[in-house]
Amino acid sequence: MQPFLAVPDRQSGFAAAVMQVAGPLPDGLTAWHGQPPEARFSVYRNNVQAGLARALASRFPAGERIVGPDFFAAMARTYVELHPPRSPVLLGYGDDFPDFVAAFEPAASVPYLADVLRIEVARSRAYHAADLPPLDPAELADIPPEAVGALRFRLHPTVHLVRSPHPVVTIWTMNAEGGEPGPIDDWLGEDALVVRPHLAVAVHRLPSGGAAFIAALGDGATLAEAAEAGAVASDHFDLAANLTGALSSGVFSRIAEGRFP
Amino acid sequence: MSRNHGVALAASLAAALTLLSLPASADEAKEKCWGVALKGQNDCAAGPGTTCAGTSKVDYQGNSWKLVPAGSCATMQTPFGPGSLMPIKRPA
Repeated sequence: MQPFLAVPDRQSGFAAAVMQVAGPLPDGLTAWHGQPPEARFSVYRNNVQAGLARALASRFPAGERIVGPDFFAAMARTYVELHPPRSPVLLGYGDDFPDFVAAFEPAASVPYLADVLRIEVARSRAYHAADLPPLDPAELADIPPEAVGALRFRLHPTVHLVRSPHPVVTIWTMNAEGGEPGPIDDWLGEDALVVRPHLAVAVHRLPSGGAAFIAALGDGATLAEAAEAGAVASDHFDLAANLTGALSSGVFSRIAEGRFP
Repeated sequence: MSRNHGVALAASLAAALTLLSLPASADEAKEKCWGVALKGQNDCAAGPGTTCAGTSKVDYQGNSWKLVPAGSCATMQTPFGPGSLMPIKRPA
């Protein structure tokens, strides 16, 4: 029998060992039936790791559908081993899973997978972000024309942008619930806007230059500066169309007073 | 900002506001609804299927790397080919 350890040491030792796929057991461990505790402990290991892998599968259903449940589970197990949760709250677990997958060699044949996962991260973050009514476009009706260029906006707290060299919105849509995978004729990059103005999370495909436009506004740029950023990003940038889309999808929470932050 | 630029910006905003004031499609997002939770985000991990599903299996790691992506990527025609049928090595 090992010397009795203080409870916090016991717990951290147990937790560290249970997160390892293999390796030595915590000191002083015994099994209730008197047999060597390895087999019993492996049940704990498997339950914890399988549970976390399933939590990832729940958060990334489109990603799981793209590669299939077996591959996803194996990939998730590797992530769980290398990136154990740092918080007991699992809502944010897997925020960096897309970065892991981008560098995960066996997934190299699906180079668009990481960006699809980024949309799924954005969706769950938007889902749990603060509730706030979006800006009512009517508030802009009385702005004098000469003041329009100097307008600044606060982005809605649920807004996320995912820019991709792959048709990532199309792929996500095909693999989201109810989607139907099929051939993609034009393999062109797409930028996603994820936003939840009310209760439902929406994923929009941004028009050309739209991501640069919204990102600039999010950084505190004026409307004139953001329009310039959109035009620099794309020759086909259409300000009226982008404003219409941004206002109707709830990208802004309010008009910002003065420069911020 | 040039004066013309300012006029163009104001015109764009006016165009956007005109479009937005058209009879809107029903704003389904404002509807109160209990079905809007993201799949997997609305239930605590204590229900059926979340407890001991994997209990009896402990030998997962050895054979995992026979796997290749084989989900819907196999049905999507991409520049990278439909899914992967190539052998995959476990990363070092």
